[in-house]
Formats: sequence, structure tokens, C-alpha cells
Amino acid sequence: MLMNRTPKIVIENLSLRYSDGTESLNGISLTIYAHEIMALFGPAGGGKSTLLRVLNRLNDLVEVKKMTGRVLLDGQDIYAPDVNVIELRRRMGIVFAQPLPLPLSIRANIEYGPRLAGIRDSSQLSHIVESSLRAAAMWDEVKDRLDESGFAISGGQQQRLCLARVLALEPEVILMDEPMSGLDPLSTAKIEDSMQQLKQQYTIVIVPHSIQQAARIADHAAFFLQGKLIEEGPGKQLFTNPHDKRTEDYVTGRFG
Amino acid sequence: MSRFLTQRLGFTFLAIVAILVVLPIILVVGAIVIQGLPAINVEFLTTAPRDGMRAGGIWPAIVGTFWLTVGTAIFSVPFGVAIAIYLSEYARDNNFTRMIRLAIINLSGIPSVVYGLFGLGLFVLALRFGSSILAGALTLSIMTLPVIISTSEEALHSVPQSFRTVSVSLGGTKWQTIYKIVLPQALPGILTGVILGLERAAGETAPILFTAAAFFLPELPGSIFDKTMALPYHLFVISTQVPNMPIKIQFGTALVLLVFVLTMNLLAAVIRSYYRRKRQW
Repeated sequence: MLMNRTPKIVIENLSLRYSDGTESLNGISLTIYAHEIMALFGPAGGGKSTLLRVLNRLNDLVEVKKMTGRVLLDGQDIYAPDVNVIELRRRMGIVFAQPLPLPLSIRANIEYGPRLAGIRDSSQLSHIVESSLRAAAMWDEVKDRLDESGFAISGGQQQRLCLARVLALEPEVILMDEPMSGLDPLSTAKIEDSMQQLKQQYTIVIVPHSIQQAARIADHAAFFLQGKLIEEGPGKQLFTNPHDKRTEDYVTGRFG
Repeated sequence: MSRFLTQRLGFTFLAIVAILVVLPIILVVGAIVIQGLPAINVEFLTTAPRDGMRAGGIWPAIVGTFWLTVGTAIFSVPFGVAIAIYLSEYARDNNFTRMIRLAIINLSGIPSVVYGLFGLGLFVLALRFGSSILAGALTLSIMTLPVIISTSEEALHSVPQSFRTVSVSLGGTKWQTIYKIVLPQALPGILTGVILGLERAAGETAPILFTAAAFFLPELPGSIFDKTMALPYHLFVISTQVPNMPIKIQFGTALVLLVFVLTMNLLAAVIRSYYRRKRQW
């Protein structure tokens, strides 16, 4: 497993503070390897979601007071002035905690990203729709109702639609911010299953909604506490034999 | 006095006040319908006034009000919606935007006759449009802008922020996000505001008094540089300036104006409820 690991994202000494003084990051250094599932876990307010939003620069939309350090994607600083942010976001798709379909049909939800990028060819688009839905394990459920509203399906299906919508971008990295927090166990299992397939092709950074989930899916994990990275390591080691006392306390349920 | 009795007295008082509010509306509409309805016939609706406006119809005034309203829409809607989009989606909270907002609030507080004088000075005299549909529509547009801006801005604000975040996260630019997601979702609300603004413009007398309205002009306007008759001004004229005026013509004119305005109001309500039912969020 440790043989062919290519660094995909390298975070160097990243610190961030929001203007309103809330959740911040404090001197984070972390390497995320290609074709692995990296789980960022820890109690609420630890900076996990913030870190995801730093990675695809969604935090550009909110007021950031001060940010220092670097984030490299394939060796390139994503905060360099010449970076095309739109292109960056296509390379790093994000699935949010709540299912958030756009007020469009199922088909249009998936075509949305590709169309924004200028793809107009209808056979190419329908190919993207089918392959994305298959990859998100929901093609058979919705193939006959593609023109229904994205809100007409169940919450679990909506969230898989959101995953499919991200896959349609053909990204390199998939960011997932507690993507199963509102879902039933069956939908959760379906998404977790597809993640094992997806990592063959993509790099996945996930904020899991529970330690159990982190332990089930993570190749690599990082424990965050109050904006600091306490410990990182291979998933198995971190969840069974953590080095840091605080990680151990959290993993064994002594706080959290 | 027990607290339950106090409560009952309080509620009774509130109910009476609520009924009192409805009463004038019923009386006004009732009086106009009862006294105006006898005047309504095909001749009244389709011919020009005769005999010093004491007989005949009000067709030129209907046409004039229609074109003034259309003209107002042409100028005020694109500007108003564009300003609302700027304020809601792009503008940061700084002194410049605060100044714009202050200007809009002040604009909505200006008495309509002042708009009329302003239109006279700028459009009729300085820009040499003369007293014309163009000058009247422009004057009404400026008066209507604040309504359209504030209702459009409200409609844009009501579109959930999460749609914007999702669109941007899928590689959308801000502009793509606005015209593909935000604007379509806000459109029913914007439309409602536009209609309510135009409805007010259609019923105004003072702004067109010096900028567009003709006292008596049996021919229909041939171009946007012509003067025109208009329902509100015609109503003012036949109610105050013409002796021995049959009362049913006055009330008939009022009824037509009322129907014109209420129809727009109804249209706004229908659009609003239709899209509210269709809306998924």
C-alpha cells in the first residue's frame, strides 16, 4: 500500500481566521495522496469543513480575515494569483452535508456543470448523465424519471444525485462534507460502497459524520481539534492504536 | 376585571378595527361600481368624447394610459431589475452602496407632483421631448423605480444562498449562477413587484400632468412624441374643469380606471400563487 503513493494535495502550514472570529485553522500541514480516502475527523468546530472549503476555494465567498500558508494541488499553489478558480472548482468537486439539488430536473442537475463548462452536444451530455448516475449507484432507480424535479426523489437519492452531479464534472478530487449526515443506513451503505469504486479514479477527502464511518472507509485519517491537526496516520493505526492521548480519548468516546 | 374579560375586550376591539379597515374599500368600490356601471357600454369604451366631453366615450384615454404604462415598463423594468441584481448579488456593504440605497429610499418618498415638475424640466424642456408619451413614461419610470428595485431585491434575497454555493461549487461563474439559477427562481417575485409598480404608475395624475397629458384630444397618439389623453387625468378634468358633467360619465371613467388597476393587481396575485405552488424549496 505504501508503494506507489503520489501526493495529490499538499497543505503547508495553513492558518486561517474568519472576520467574525469563528472557526479557524492553526498551522495545518497535511499531505493527501492520490486514490486514497482521507478522512478528516474530530469534534464540531475543529476546522474540518473550513479546510474542505479552503481546498476548492469556496471560502472565497465568505469574508476571511487572514490566511497564511500554502495549498498545493499537483505541486501548484491554488492560491497563486494566476489560478483560474472556476477551473479549480471543477477539479475539486464538493458534496455538502445536506442534499442540495438545484431547482431543475434530475437530468439538468447533472448536466449543469458540464454545460457551464461549454459542453453542448446532446449525445455527449446524455452519456455523462448515464455514467454519472451509474457511478453514484442510482441509474436504475431514476433512469425513467430523468425529467422529474431533483426535489421529487427521496433524501437519500437526492444526495446521490448530488454525488453524481459532482462526478459529471470529471473532477480529480471529491470533497465530502458529512455527506451522509441526514441519510438512512441503507443510503449511507450505498454511498460508502460506491466510494470504494470511486477512489480507483478519484482522490477523496471526506469529513465523516461518525468515527465508525471514518474507521470503515478511511485509508488515511487526520484528527482535528479546535483548528489544530493533532495526529494523522493510516486509518487502521489511527483508530486502533493512536499515538496522541487526545486522539485516543476521542476515538474511544471519552469526549466528543 | 378578570384577565379573561380583558382578553375578550381586547380581541373584540381588534376585530372591530380590522372590520373598519375593510369598510372604506367596500364603500369606495361599491359607490364607483353602482354609479359607474350604467355608463359602461360599447360606445363609452370605444369612441372619443363628444359635446365638450359630456357625452361619447373615453377610448383615447384608455389607449393613452395603456401606452404610458407600456412605456413605463420598457424603461423602468430593465433598469430596476439590473439595479436590484447589482445591489443584491454584487454590491458590497460600503459607503457607495449605502449612498445608492439612501437615494432609492428618498426617491420613494418624493411626492408625485414633484416628479411631474422634474419631468417637465428635464424631459419636456431640457431634452425637448415636449409634452409627450415619451416624457410621461420616463417621468413615471423614475417614480416607479424604487418600487421595482426594492421588490426585485427582496425576490432575489428569497432565493436560498445554498443554490448559489452549489452553482459556484460546480464551476459556475457568478454571472452564470445569477442568470441560470437565481434570476429564474426570483422571476415570479420580480414580476409581482413590477406589476404592482406599474399599477401605481397607471393610476397617477400628477407626474403626467405637465409631461404627457392632454386636456382634450380626440385623436389617438400617432407616435411617442405625441401628447395623449390618460384615464387619471381625464377623470380629474371631467370632475373639476367641465360644468354640467353627467355624473355617470365621471363614475364610469373611475370604474374603467379601477378595473384596469385591479386587473393588474389580480394578475400579480395569480402569478404569485401559481409559482408559489410550483416552487420546490
